[in-house]
Amino acid sequence: MDDMAPTVASTDNLTRVYGDRVAVDRVTMTVRRGEVYGFLGPNGAGKTTTLRMLLGLVRPTSGSAYATSPVGALIEGPGFFPYLSGRANLRTLARHRGFDDAEVERVLERVDLASRADDRFKGYSLGMKQRLGVAAALLGDPELVVLDEPTNGLDPAGMADMRALVVDLARGGQTVLLSSHLLAEVQEICDRVAIIHEGRLLHEGSVAELRGGVSLRVRAAPEDEALAVAMRLAGDDGVARTPDGALQLALRPERAPRVVRDLVAAGVDVHEVTAVERSLEDVFFEMTTHHVTSPTDPSSHHTTEEVPA
Amino acid sequence: MSTTAATRPTAPSARTGAVTATVRSTRAELLRLRAWPAVWITLGAWLALSLMFGYLFTYLSYTTGDPGFADEGTTREQQLAELLPTAVPDVFLQGMPMFGGALMMVLGALVAGSGYGWGTWKTVFSQGVRRGPAVVGSALALSAFVVATLLVTLAFDLGVSLVITASEGHDVVLPSTGAVVESLGVGFLVLETWALVGFALGTLARGPALSVGLGLVWALVVENLLRGVGQLLGWVEALTEVLPGTAAGSLVGALVGAGEGDGTPGVLDTVPATRAALTLVAYVVVALVLSAALVRRRDVS
Repeated sequence: MDDMAPTVASTDNLTRVYGDRVAVDRVTMTVRRGEVYGFLGPNGAGKTTTLRMLLGLVRPTSGSAYATSPVGALIEGPGFFPYLSGRANLRTLARHRGFDDAEVERVLERVDLASRADDRFKGYSLGMKQRLGVAAALLGDPELVVLDEPTNGLDPAGMADMRALVVDLARGGQTVLLSSHLLAEVQEICDRVAIIHEGRLLHEGSVAELRGGVSLRVRAAPEDEALAVAMRLAGDDGVARTPDGALQLALRPERAPRVVRDLVAAGVDVHEVTAVERSLEDVFFEMTTHHVTSPTDPSSHHTTEEVPA
Repeated sequence: MSTTAATRPTAPSARTGAVTATVRSTRAELLRLRAWPAVWITLGAWLALSLMFGYLFTYLSYTTGDPGFADEGTTREQQLAELLPTAVPDVFLQGMPMFGGALMMVLGALVAGSGYGWGTWKTVFSQGVRRGPAVVGSALALSAFVVATLLVTLAFDLGVSLVITASEGHDVVLPSTGAVVESLGVGFLVLETWALVGFALGTLARGPALSVGLGLVWALVVENLLRGVGQLLGWVEALTEVLPGTAAGSLVGALVGAGEGDGTPGVLDTVPATRAALTLVAYVVVALVLSAALVRRRDVS
């Protein structure tokens, strides 16, 4: 992704307080034109509140939010008139925005809902409702599409279709801000991600940067002597001990022969050496469990404290 | 589009003119209102009440000679006169202060409140539609329905009256254009007031159920109780004179005649017509401004 691409959405120290609870705490993030930007966080982390402020639905307590125009959005589930068909609902929305009926047909085709478009919304399955919500967000081909959990209720085939749609939107030059719980999905399609937890932004950057590259997993005995060798090779902050007794070394796989040689030379029995690539899910859970700030931060998970396997 | 703590949240696309945006939103709301069963049920209920209280009971009294169906002390000739086309402008209005107003208020509360219950306001505003024009457009669509209701009711009443006239073998004498226009104007003011009061209640409560309940209790119970208490307490009486029900009833009463309106619930002679009309106009303006201000200022959740 081009770091110099124009900003299409951003927040600056965005904060929202409800009574005593800080829902969003000084969040600063930037979405650039043409990227698929993943917005991750556990339930109640402040994702939807942030997106609501970005879209002008909710007033910030302090800070500011900017989103380009035109924008299309699906926020926290689709809201439509239950007595109207999917097509009539979209036509109503299209009238509000000054689009003709041909635009409605285009987006219905885009989300593969044309064949059921004359059914009443109240008869739709959850997945069909989600598709209609996405169709509404696509009306008028907006420059920025904000999708809050768009795969909720979709079956595996529907989820795959939604992933393909998001990728297709990005290929067409549209920017997608995607909030999702499905980390594998985000890892697969997003260029950059932001992780929010308890209202605070823990990290913003590329997916590759966040995953931190490949590391080495070593199982050896005796463990204390193996740990000493590992720390000499990878540094104090470059070794983590997993609950099953293995060591995780922040070293590239090419360093494996050297690691094995040093361990054997120190009288350690080497049972296993594996190249491990951390998934976004691993990083996400580490961050949201340990409240660390980034994989390159010295205070992050690369310590001798135990981390999940 | 940008939002800050210091400024009101605005919808993302604010480039189109307010008038264009309002026209678009009015068209959108008309599209969804005309397909809404609640709208047609309201119209059907109003026509049924108009038929029942405007013609059926009087006609039964006239044909059977049983005075229990009609106002006390009316002669058969007076009953027949109420059923003929020349009386349509009066009969058309008589049910509006109470039943018509209550039904329009329910509809107004449903139009505004359901958007919160179903999350459709959120969907609309998420797509960059401006809040002010969207609310005004919704209120204008509701007003268009009020006008349609008036025209359909007038045609319906006239049709029923013509059938009765023909069945009784009388010559057809139509009401004067002036009388019809005057009734339409008064009817519009009365129904529009209640519709927009309901709209404001639906917006205030952010849902249809509470606003419908509160509105009905107010219109059908509280105002009548206050008017009763007002006969004993001067300051309460002064208060009742600015209530929407009193103003609506007084305006209709001024047109149909206080004497003739004695037996019709809600038709009053409490305040002069001009003051009553101005009070209703004030309610229309306040309800619309309040609704727009609430939607523009409050968070959409």
